[in-house]
Amino acid sequence: MLPLAEFALEVTLELSARTTALSGPSGAGKTTLLELIAGLRRPQRGRIELHGRVVCDERVFVPPRERRVGYVPQDDALFPHLSVRQNVFYGAREQNDDVIDVLEIGPLLDRSVKRLSGGERKRVALARALLTKPEVLLLDEPLAGVDVALRDRVLEYLVRVRDEFPVPAIYVTHQMDEVQAICDEIVFLERGRVTGRRNLSDE
Amino acid sequence: MSEVLLLTLRTASLATLLIVPPGLAVAWLLARRNWRGKSLLETLVALPLVMPPVATGLILLKLLGRRGPIGGWLHRTFDVDVVFTWRAVVIAMMVMSFPLLVRTARVAFEEVNPRLEQIARTLGANETRVFFTITLPLAARGIIAGMLLAFARAIGEFGATILVAGNIPGRTTTLALAIYDRVQLGRDDEAFQLLGIAVVIAFLAVFTAEAVLGRKSERSRS
Repeated sequence: MLPLAEFALEVTLELSARTTALSGPSGAGKTTLLELIAGLRRPQRGRIELHGRVVCDERVFVPPRERRVGYVPQDDALFPHLSVRQNVFYGAREQNDDVIDVLEIGPLLDRSVKRLSGGERKRVALARALLTKPEVLLLDEPLAGVDVALRDRVLEYLVRVRDEFPVPAIYVTHQMDEVQAICDEIVFLERGRVTGRRNLSDE
Repeated sequence: MSEVLLLTLRTASLATLLIVPPGLAVAWLLARRNWRGKSLLETLVALPLVMPPVATGLILLKLLGRRGPIGGWLHRTFDVDVVFTWRAVVIAMMVMSFPLLVRTARVAFEEVNPRLEQIARTLGANETRVFFTITLPLAARGIIAGMLLAFARAIGEFGATILVAGNIPGRTTTLALAIYDRVQLGRDDEAFQLLGIAVVIAFLAVFTAEAVLGRKSERSRS
């Protein structure tokens, strides 16, 4: 459990960009915000809407399994006792070969999750989230656990995912190159508050 | 002598299997949920570990006897007697082994990263599916170790058994009771043979349990 007593996340945000970057120093509340959207945490007060559907307010709390949110946490959280295939299709709502092709998962499917590199793990986690046909994709520092040498490769995959699948995404990151390559908008968060936002698509 | 061994293995196996469903339920409730009365249940479950087994046996005798609340009901409704039968042996074993299973299984559940369960939920899994596809398999080794320890404890059960099941040769005389018997009768040779069997079973059970748990920590390190 996190020591949240001293921490207040007060955010009013309306996101309509295809891909939004959430940036800010650690402890700003970026991951907490993602977890609120995913339904893994309950806010003390507040209202969350996804595509006009209220998933959380004083009366409503839609549990995570009904939110249609594709959450890729920083540590990937692959199921260690399942194969890549079982991971990828754990929550699959469709048999979508595009996801497998775009992320080049095919050759990995029969491997054990323990024999994946950092970049491969990330791709598997992304595929697992995408196959649930999410209405929004939440990516928590997708390049954080990846070797520097492999970062550009993973970034390429992230760009491909953005281009191939029309699902809006929120990226938590503090890497500017990543932001510029992928995002239309950047929102700055500091100590639980929005301190700025900038549109990147017009620049 | 093989009769004693067979009866002991049968009753201990049955007792171990019977405590698995309630044991896992209690262990899971203690590991994953916060609720009023949790510490009360925790204490109740641990009691047989610290109470004199004979005292536990006395409680069981009063509950399960023909005039007891549970025994009386069973006798009237199903015409089933418990006290001084193999059923009493199994029940005494269950009560005495239950805490060992619950404690080990609880630790096993606690060691499962809750994050994995959360992610499974975001992938659309309901609580039942999360339990059977994520929590249970990841806790399996700890649960198996707990079952082995519970089994070993059941094999060695003496104090509660002798009160509630008596010591009826061929019907309720288990390994531990038989050893006591033989010593009382001065048949030390037989007692030592039985002792040897008891040591081997206990050793195998604990050794296997440790091996299962040891491999687990190796696995989670990778």
